[in-house]
Amino acid sequence: MSHYVEFSQLTKSYPTARGPAVIVKDFNLKISRGEFVALIGHSGCGKSTVLSMVAGLSEITSGAIVLAGKEVVGAGPDRGVVFQSPALLPWMTAFENVMLGIDQVFYTAARAERRQIAEYYLSIVGLGESMHKRPAELSQGMRQRVGIARAFALSPKMLLLDEPFGMLDSLTRFELQQVLLELWRREKITALMVTHDVDEALFLSDRIVCMTDGPEAEVGDILHVPFPRPRERQAVMEHPDYYNLREHLIEFLEIHAHKTPHPIEAEKPHQPTAPPEIPSAPIAAVS
Amino acid sequence: MHWFHRFKLDSFLYPLLGIGLCLLLWYGVAGKSTVTQTKDDWGDTVTITKRHGLSADLPTPAETWEASRSYVLEPFAKRGELDQGILRFTWLSLVLVAQGYALALLLGVPVGFCLGLSKTFAKMFDPIFQVLRPVSPLAWLPLGMVLFLSAKVEMPGGTAYTASELAAIFTIAICSMWPTVLNTAVGVRAIPQDYLNVAKVLKLSRTKTLFKVLLPATLPYMFTGFRLSLGIAWLVIVAAEMLTGRPGVGGFLWQQYNALSYAHIILCILTIGIVGFILDRMMSLVEARFKTA
Repeated sequence: MSHYVEFSQLTKSYPTARGPAVIVKDFNLKISRGEFVALIGHSGCGKSTVLSMVAGLSEITSGAIVLAGKEVVGAGPDRGVVFQSPALLPWMTAFENVMLGIDQVFYTAARAERRQIAEYYLSIVGLGESMHKRPAELSQGMRQRVGIARAFALSPKMLLLDEPFGMLDSLTRFELQQVLLELWRREKITALMVTHDVDEALFLSDRIVCMTDGPEAEVGDILHVPFPRPRERQAVMEHPDYYNLREHLIEFLEIHAHKTPHPIEAEKPHQPTAPPEIPSAPIAAVS
Repeated sequence: MHWFHRFKLDSFLYPLLGIGLCLLLWYGVAGKSTVTQTKDDWGDTVTITKRHGLSADLPTPAETWEASRSYVLEPFAKRGELDQGILRFTWLSLVLVAQGYALALLLGVPVGFCLGLSKTFAKMFDPIFQVLRPVSPLAWLPLGMVLFLSAKVEMPGGTAYTASELAAIFTIAICSMWPTVLNTAVGVRAIPQDYLNVAKVLKLSRTKTLFKVLLPATLPYMFTGFRLSLGIAWLVIVAAEMLTGRPGVGGFLWQQYNALSYAHIILCILTIGIVGFILDRMMSLVEARFKTA
């Protein structure tokens, strides 16, 4: 069976004065086309590092990522990124922010056509009325709606979401999860989402990949989420497997919350002198 | 006392009080004249004016006004090359400052960008900038004179620049560009990584990244630099005009000092101060506009 995205022996390390600090080591994962995968783990475990390597914003130390038969080298608009902070350019309106990407990707299309694409996605995320406002005039939730529209508008091969709802209150988060799910249902874009919210992962994804704690983070556990689509929050929560899965995830996170003694690392014969603190790198520090 | 605050009287009564106190102090320090009339040996009346006081030659506020009247009340009059209404002088100075300032911005912004973007560039030139920055305009001007001694620039419009004009413009530019250079560099370094990531993910070209991301993100910092630069450019004008002898507020000031007309020195100082204040206010308004963007 061929896979759409394949991570093989993906490793990220930074050189430090005391030798290389290994953030992620031998990360292996295969994702099918149209699959929604959530990456879950503790803050600073390296899950965001994996995501930014897919995005091309962080260099791959060793190993490789293959997307649709091509190795990922550098950043590009074939991967739509939804940043944790919406990362909208504040001097542009919501519409202009979305257009910036569309102009890059669909430069052969007529201007009217490109505007239509932007308007389409902005109205789907519920910004039909206020697409010509600047980010400062929008609420945090509305800004992230723009961020989602911007990513989808590129018709990317893959969608990368870096804790997209981490900065929102729970009510807004629920709304935006619904918006994201609705758009994803229409487009079926292969998605990788980093989160530390167990319920969010269960509600949105087909598979949940649990990462062990860094340094030297790797895939710890993979869970299949059996809930039928299209999903309703109520139906998902009432599903007989919901609490078992939830418990399983929380248990996994709890075990890995205690860094010492580390159950997985303790088994390893060779333990390098790992620095207690991960050096701050542009992206890797955000988690 | 609440009527006092209700009508915002404090916001203009107190400044008025401050000005009044300063005028009083000025009057106290200034020299006063006593006029005595005596008859000389031939029986003619002789009027002797004697100045006395803490600073005998400093004119009082009233004397200053009396001497400055014609310059203030006919601000655009031109009676001679170095005898013009005060606003006419101000205009001449502003034109010169504008040219030097424009040159400062034109040079300062790209240099600031290079300084902020390239670590190598910063390492190479930052020490030089730090050494050149505190050099006084009085020191730059002679160098400017030497630099442009044999240069005579003819502009396509028909206007020609003399060596002294070029030296003045050079001095204004080189003294006032540093705040623009440094603030632009700080602004470039302060661009959030998120914005740069957006540019990377969308694969914006270099020019697009510059004009759509880097430049707008740096604008607020740049305008802070522009405001500080304008303040310095205006500060330098007196020195530049003094040494080159050009007509303008600074040139007028120096000439009147040589002519022992001290009241006009005070007139020039006040004019320079007020114009500088207005320029700064105008730039803060522009700056505030870009802050919210």
